[in-house]
Amino acid sequence: MYFDETHEAFRASIRRFVDKEINPYMDEWEETTAPLHELFKKMGDLGFLGIRYDPKYGGQGLDYWYETVMLEEIGRIHGMGVSTAIAVQTNMATPAIAAFGSEYLKETYLKPAITGDMVTAIAVTEPDAGSDVFAIKSKAIKKNGYYVLNGSKTYITNGTQADYLTLLAKTSDEPGYHSFGLFVVPTNLPGFHVSKKLDKLGLRSSDTAELFFDNVKIPAENVIGDDREGFICQMKQFQHERFAVLPGTCVGVDNMIAMTVDYLRQRIVFGKPLITKQVLRHRLAGWLMRNEALRQLTYHIVKMKMEGLDATKEVSMGKYLAGQLISEVAGGCLQMYGGMGFMNETLISRYFRDARIMSIGGGADEVMLEIIARLEGF
Amino acid sequence: MNIVACVKQVPDTEALIKVKPDGSGIDEGGIKWVMNPYDEYGVEEALRLKEAKGGEVTIVSVGPARAMETIRTALAMGAEKGVHVSDPLLDNTDAYTTAAALAAVIKGLNPDIIFCGQRAIDDDSGQVGSILAAILGIPQVTIVTKLEMADGKIKAIKPIEGAQLVIESTLPCVITTQKGLNEPRYASLPGIMKAKKKPVDVKNAAALGIATEPKAKVAKMTPPPDRAPGKIIAGDDPAAKAAELVRLLREEAKVI
Repeated sequence: MYFDETHEAFRASIRRFVDKEINPYMDEWEETTAPLHELFKKMGDLGFLGIRYDPKYGGQGLDYWYETVMLEEIGRIHGMGVSTAIAVQTNMATPAIAAFGSEYLKETYLKPAITGDMVTAIAVTEPDAGSDVFAIKSKAIKKNGYYVLNGSKTYITNGTQADYLTLLAKTSDEPGYHSFGLFVVPTNLPGFHVSKKLDKLGLRSSDTAELFFDNVKIPAENVIGDDREGFICQMKQFQHERFAVLPGTCVGVDNMIAMTVDYLRQRIVFGKPLITKQVLRHRLAGWLMRNEALRQLTYHIVKMKMEGLDATKEVSMGKYLAGQLISEVAGGCLQMYGGMGFMNETLISRYFRDARIMSIGGGADEVMLEIIARLEGF
Repeated sequence: MNIVACVKQVPDTEALIKVKPDGSGIDEGGIKWVMNPYDEYGVEEALRLKEAKGGEVTIVSVGPARAMETIRTALAMGAEKGVHVSDPLLDNTDAYTTAAALAAVIKGLNPDIIFCGQRAIDDDSGQVGSILAAILGIPQVTIVTKLEMADGKIKAIKPIEGAQLVIESTLPCVITTQKGLNEPRYASLPGIMKAKKKPVDVKNAAALGIATEPKAKVAKMTPPPDRAPGKIIAGDDPAAKAAELVRLLREEAKVI
């Protein structure tokens, strides 16, 4: 109903790619983190990284439905680390360059992100500013044709491998929202340091870093749009980021339930397969019902985006629901697996660890609820 | 070069196959259809040959309307055009009639080389490529794992028990492809979009002038019997249990 045969042909191709090029390596990458240059180059060659972007810069010029197919299929990856790394590249670090960047930035930085020749990261969060983006302290002060950047960023996905960061910094000390700039910061500039690779509960196949900037001279042409409107640009970019997690969540939840049902069919307890226990059956059915609601909201958001409508409220609702649901399902399925679920060799334990980020990253649940309340006018 | 690759749409290797209650065939409900994996090697080899020597690749398939998806997949991988033989009279037909339909199409294409999978993973008959070569009256090299072309000839490697044959053939010829020949590419997103606009001729049996009465018919399909449940040897005495195990292996399972 939502997808035609061309979408399905694309789905088949990316599914095959995930099955052959990603899933067989996930166990290894959980230990070592995924080699993103190698992986993204393969994906870029197949046109998977620039679905909505302008063909002028190597994109496919296709619509949100095609993007949704891609985001659904990376939800089939065994764990959420690599799908997060991919979504950073396609939906978190590059939309602002495509929407507000100069010809030079699109040619120099968007294009290689689409072809997979460069790995990108989004650098907003700081040690003292997470949900409160407004409180960031990194400063990029214009001086002699450069913006001199000082400060630090943390929890940066792809941070140790990125060739450039899309980075938000204060450009003046004036109060208010019009004192921020969004920059493209190449990581080979002098003064850029990876302070450390962070050790995380989940998403272990993806690298996360703390970054430090010591008088990094960002060329003036690397500012995305107006050097005082970076906050606004980033808030718009966040909409793409938050939407990006919805399609994959629906698929991930379906997969967790399917693998759990398979296990419950085989697991005999007190002489009967566990799947015959009504208490378990009803919990599974309830999750499927809520997941279907999330899927319908996701498709509704896609329709809104296709119509050019502002979907901020719906995206915030979807992001909140996705975070709540995936954690509950991962924890609940793990419980049904019993001792097996507690073992690292069982995939559900990885989902359990990975799912937890969904209520935190890209805008915490509490922030999503606050946005909804504000948009409702109370 | 004028290159032809024949493809068949088959159930996904991971599909759960159920036989229809009346035994007339498989239940197609809920099955995901894919290109026969052996045919993928043929399409890939055809594309590599085209990329090395120039020319064009034509995809030919005999199958119901849904087989068009498989032709489009091959076009998305990079083939130029397709011919789809679609006729209810040919649904689930035999290897001979399939080969006859392919031959009728391919004769008009004047190919230099024709690729077929060495067998289809659904009926496992492994005959179509050979019958096709016989009808066309051209050489065939089957189950090929390596192919080279030079001076208007091909040199193919075909593994046999404990050794490999190196076979030379003139062109045109039929090559049936085996795992190991190559690693088929993924259909790229630009390729998928372009495939929509590539030409595919749809033909029925009458247009090809072929007989549709199959020479071989599937009389009945039956699923393999369910595996008997395992047996647990009860008791507390390991020696007695071992003796009972030996007795069962000897007298019931008859394996020792």
